[in-house]
Amino acid sequence: MAEEKIKMIVDGKRMDGRGLEDFRPINVEVGVLKRANGSAIFKFGDTYALSAVFGPKTMHPKHLQDPQKAFLRCRYNMAPFATTERGRPGTSRRSIEISKVINEALSNVIFFEDYPKTAIDVFVEILQANASTRCAGLNAASLALAEAGVSMKNLISSCSAGKIDGQIVLDVAGDEDCEGEVDMAVATIGNEDKIVLLQLDGIITKEEFLTLIDLAKKGCATVYEKQLNALREKYKTGEENVESE
Amino acid sequence: MNNVKSELLVKERQFVVPGETLATGLDFLPSSGCFRETDRIKAKLMGLVKIKDRFLGVVPLAGVYIPRQGDGIIGFIEDMQTTMWIADINSPYDAILTLGEAVGEYVDLAKTDISVYYDIGDVIYAKVLNVSKSKQVQLTMNDHRSRKLIGGRILKITPSKVPRLIGKEGSMIEQIKNQTKCQIIVGQNGIVWIKGEKEGLAAKAILTINAESHIVGLTDRITQLLEKGE
Repeated sequence: MAEEKIKMIVDGKRMDGRGLEDFRPINVEVGVLKRANGSAIFKFGDTYALSAVFGPKTMHPKHLQDPQKAFLRCRYNMAPFATTERGRPGTSRRSIEISKVINEALSNVIFFEDYPKTAIDVFVEILQANASTRCAGLNAASLALAEAGVSMKNLISSCSAGKIDGQIVLDVAGDEDCEGEVDMAVATIGNEDKIVLLQLDGIITKEEFLTLIDLAKKGCATVYEKQLNALREKYKTGEENVESE
Repeated sequence: MNNVKSELLVKERQFVVPGETLATGLDFLPSSGCFRETDRIKAKLMGLVKIKDRFLGVVPLAGVYIPRQGDGIIGFIEDMQTTMWIADINSPYDAILTLGEAVGEYVDLAKTDISVYYDIGDVIYAKVLNVSKSKQVQLTMNDHRSRKLIGGRILKITPSKVPRLIGKEGSMIEQIKNQTKCQIIVGQNGIVWIKGEKEGLAAKAILTINAESHIVGLTDRITQLLEKGE
């Protein structure tokens, strides 16, 4: 006897009560770690990503030094307690892949030639996972880089979109990720029309894909606003200072 | 060629983030901390806008120290070779101090160990003589302010906040020096050396400036802190 599939969208509302194009609550905080050059925490609902940036610093081993530009090293890691069941600590196929795509996305915006012979270390730790961890991680990492004073073309904003019960939705969460038909992660350079990360899981038609991309770009623009606000919030008193002086 | 109207979109000392457009059109020029993308000038650092005639720049609020020619810095001697010293200057790049730039007399290397001049672990105030394109940094002691720093204590602050610590024409640092009766030397690389009567108070004031440099009424708070004198 076939088990009846649970409906994930009822009357245009999703399982957690969101509309189709709504985000989970987004929380951003910059400068959370004292000892890193830059740090940030980015939350999509129950997905928490913490990022820390160290450097630019002297590149070791020395034979990997590039006399013309800096070297970017990214490490994505999910805490064993991040998921409902304990995860195996340490590197996995998945974390290597995500580290690589984060590295490639960030490489599009950093001015490496400003820091010859150096290394920039970016750490992304997922403290709690409920889908879209790479997006949250990338958002946190780009904020941490900005806070570290690394020269960049722009921030990177990222969000996920997907197809659930035949409908296109923004910011796929938890069960929707496991049970849904399509899950896609997108990252753009700020709110510009330039994509630096695109990973899609599932089967989709061309028309649906185009709608999905459009929705994801809109989502990235929303994320970008949140990122800007977080940075401005941290240095809020700076602008007031201008007027008083 | 398309004629985009030149327009300045920011105010002096406005807070900007990487990617923020500072001006459109070709009438303005990017200086440090910004770049041109087609007909726009954008910030590449998080910081405060600096406008000087047609030049737009961004003064960073954070970041590591990148050495520049002429900077006065405090360094730590960390290695020695036959005719030169290598110094850690709180930067991704180590600096070289050659014997000729360090000592103003003839040195017979067959008879002298150069550690009599500077030894590993010594702290020096030196000037950046030259920085090559591949960031080879050379220091010099041929400057009236350059010397070995003996005793005292060392503090580290964010290099981009050094101008704030010094204040307008040295007003802030003079105030701390006078009220704490300390000798204070501030390196452009964010290293501060203090020696004197009330080292603790001076350190407290400097660290307060480092933490609160962007918050309104800094000078008043520092005056209060120094007057309380703990």
